[in-house]
Amino acid sequence: MTPQAPFMVCAAIDPSRRAALEALLDGMTLRPGEADPQNALLPFGQFRQLHFARLVLLEDLAAASPQPPPMLALLGDVDGTEADFLADLAARAGDGLRQLFSFCPGFAPGTDPLAWMRAHAARPAANYVNWVGRTVQQVHEEAALHAALRARPPPATPAPPARAWAELVTWVRREAAAGRLTLTPPAPDPPGWRLGEIAHAAWMVVLLLAAAPLLLLGLLPYLWWLRRLESTDTPITPRPASAHTARLSAIEDYDVSNQFSAYGMVKPGRFRRWTLVFLLWAADGTTRHIFTRGRLARVPTIHFARWVFLDNRRRLFFASNYDGSLDSYMDDFINKVAFGLNIVFSNGVGYPRTSWLILEGAKDEQAFKDYIRKRQLVTAVWYKAYPGLTTYDLARNAALRAAIEGPSPTDAQARRLLQML
Amino acid sequence: MPFTRADAADTQGLVRGGYGSLPEACFLLLRIADRAAARAWLATAPVTSMADLDAPQTRALNLALTREGLAALGVAEPVLAGFSAPFLSGIAGDGGRSRRLGDIGTNAPEHWDWGAGARKPDVVLLAYASADDLEAWCADLTASPFAAGFTVLERLPTAMLDQREPFGFVDGVSQPTLDWHSTPDPGEAAHVGYSNRIALGEMLLGYPNEYGLYTERPLLPPEQDPGALLPSAADQPALRDLGRNGSYLVLRQLQQNVDGFWRCVHARAGGDAAAGIALAENIVGRRLSGAPLLPAGARLPGVAADDVAQNGFTYDGDADGLACPFGAHARRANPRNGDMPAGTTGALARLLRNLGLVRQELRDDLIASSRFHRVLRRGRDYGAQLTPEQALAADAPVQAGLHFICLNANIARQFEFVQGAWLAGRAFNGLTDERDPLTAPRDGSTDGFSLPQADAAARRVADLAQFVTTRGGAYCFLPGLAALRWLAR
Repeated sequence: MTPQAPFMVCAAIDPSRRAALEALLDGMTLRPGEADPQNALLPFGQFRQLHFARLVLLEDLAAASPQPPPMLALLGDVDGTEADFLADLAARAGDGLRQLFSFCPGFAPGTDPLAWMRAHAARPAANYVNWVGRTVQQVHEEAALHAALRARPPPATPAPPARAWAELVTWVRREAAAGRLTLTPPAPDPPGWRLGEIAHAAWMVVLLLAAAPLLLLGLLPYLWWLRRLESTDTPITPRPASAHTARLSAIEDYDVSNQFSAYGMVKPGRFRRWTLVFLLWAADGTTRHIFTRGRLARVPTIHFARWVFLDNRRRLFFASNYDGSLDSYMDDFINKVAFGLNIVFSNGVGYPRTSWLILEGAKDEQAFKDYIRKRQLVTAVWYKAYPGLTTYDLARNAALRAAIEGPSPTDAQARRLLQML
Repeated sequence: MPFTRADAADTQGLVRGGYGSLPEACFLLLRIADRAAARAWLATAPVTSMADLDAPQTRALNLALTREGLAALGVAEPVLAGFSAPFLSGIAGDGGRSRRLGDIGTNAPEHWDWGAGARKPDVVLLAYASADDLEAWCADLTASPFAAGFTVLERLPTAMLDQREPFGFVDGVSQPTLDWHSTPDPGEAAHVGYSNRIALGEMLLGYPNEYGLYTERPLLPPEQDPGALLPSAADQPALRDLGRNGSYLVLRQLQQNVDGFWRCVHARAGGDAAAGIALAENIVGRRLSGAPLLPAGARLPGVAADDVAQNGFTYDGDADGLACPFGAHARRANPRNGDMPAGTTGALARLLRNLGLVRQELRDDLIASSRFHRVLRRGRDYGAQLTPEQALAADAPVQAGLHFICLNANIARQFEFVQGAWLAGRAFNGLTDERDPLTAPRDGSTDGFSLPQADAAARRVADLAQFVTTRGGAYCFLPGLAALRWLAR
């Protein structure tokens, strides 16, 4: 299989030229916030390995004090490696990259965009991929398969499920042979990839076991200090300005999926910073080794998500691509994985009060929603390679394809498969 | 925080019910012409409270105000800012909201008869009366000095109450039961399965909601309420609660293409009358009689003994959508699920599921828990009320529809979620290329409806016409009576 990788390039811009940059970004869209796949600067649609991409200006909207200049971030999720994609991007969209990065001090007309992107790469502390190994090509081919199966006229004479399924499989094979459907077999694993994943998981376990005595010893003082901080940290959750929510709303809910970008400050002090470093490390382990098949714990609606430390770990950037509208996304999280939100985001300045790191916090529904919206950035350009498709669609299509290529099902299994159409 | 006798006298009667004993009603959309005169009229308006309904009433009056109305009455900006963001923005205040609600295409606010642009009401006056008394009641209400304070923007007439909505289905069958005693939350285990009983704070402001929290509403420092008209806030006793015993009222005029609906289902059913009715019942998710499509008889929390035949069911036993299609209107509007997928029992199973460490089926957790997304429906129909046969035979378009009214404490999480994610949503419950077959707009690809089959792929009904068009709408505040006196002071 082909694993997925995140890429992100991030650099400060010249604040005096911000308006011109925003106008340039705006020119890349078809409608507010939505990338034109064939835009002249970065024609995302031409990159067959690209799932999602976005351009967003990172700035701390909740901070009161003077801020460092905003940063331009270009990020996305690809099949294959970050290095291969950046090289491909630089080769095919070098001029566009030059135009975009020309707003960043330090990028001179003669600068090589690829070298510059490598120098300004920001790697996530934790990354989530809905389905490890599912490529853009696979998504498109399986969506075409599903559409073809739905458009296929129902058989004239009803047959028992297993036989109806067998006929359907024969039909698919005929369509494939005639070139009307393509189901490319998965590529072989990159050399050593699977072994590397196993080694990484083993390494995490060994590390945790080795550190366990220390962690247990430190647990009581840690909890004592945590409870102290939790009782003194001030929640700051004013309602975001209506003009801000209107700008966010203006670019949402065109597709079945939406983007989410947020940027905020980590609570000062080593305690919170190292808590966050450890928890994101652990979270990355779970998303890399456990939650690799369609769900982040109970939540099925996230395509890709990442947490990135920036500004010398003083700030955290969070980005996701999810199905549904923001309010339903937040409801889903509050009701299903509030503990997961709390362990990470409660280390951010102003977060609703938590208890023992996992309790309360996000359960303070309105305060949490206001906190999130307040820190949400207006993503200037957002690209999705498969508009109209939800994570459920992708999982269902993949399951149908796997069954078509798999052993003959029993009547009961065939019945379920037919119902999935 | 129990709901007392005094609270009942402070709460408008619409919270208790839709005045089912009063068959006539009309809704007046008002603009405030003169602040002082409007206040004077509001101060003495004979508003019907829940306590009044202990005795039979022959006339009733309820009042709700939009943001514009509150501002016209002189409510200061800092006080207004205490109301929830959707209320302040308004039902047509934001393009993103209109997209989510399905107010697109012919439903878009720019085509509305009222509720957008310069045609926003300030006050919604809901008048109910016994048979043949409505005109006299409205004349009484709008007699001098009413005209000095208000102009009538629109008069929304309603049909004589007959239980059936214009398509011919018995309507308003399912409503949540409110926990008037604000029973303490029994904990996670109690919410695993579906319950029809919900926290009072989901409907009334000033009481704990399903999260055990208080929903947004304006709380005032005592100096802004020198007459001590308002009760103190339960969660912040130093402040006065302008929201207490109030609610947010959503009003939408939904025009129903009755003859078009029956012609379309008749044609899709191959011209067979019985098959047409069966298809219509699948689209609605209930029989014409209001009976559910699947066996009812389960005793569920919050479903009264005399309601079990209509509402004693969940969809847990119909996981394949064979009895009631996944996309049926009633199943979308309330999927009747609990916090956990069916069959999750025990604390360990809940923990493992929360951690994502159990095997999860493809369809698990596609739909959110119902209890956070309920509304009290209080609408009234208007226009001609025909049987399916009469509608099929109609030689001119039938003018009819629903003045949809619902009450909720959190517009975004309740009304907008149900309308946006569940009804108008294009990806509800894993469905493809379909929105609510009954009420949603059609935009190109979303005109289908799937009927799951036991042994085959779902039968797909295509090319459904749009049967319902939004003609107007408003987000209002339905104040408690004390709050109304404060507003009129």
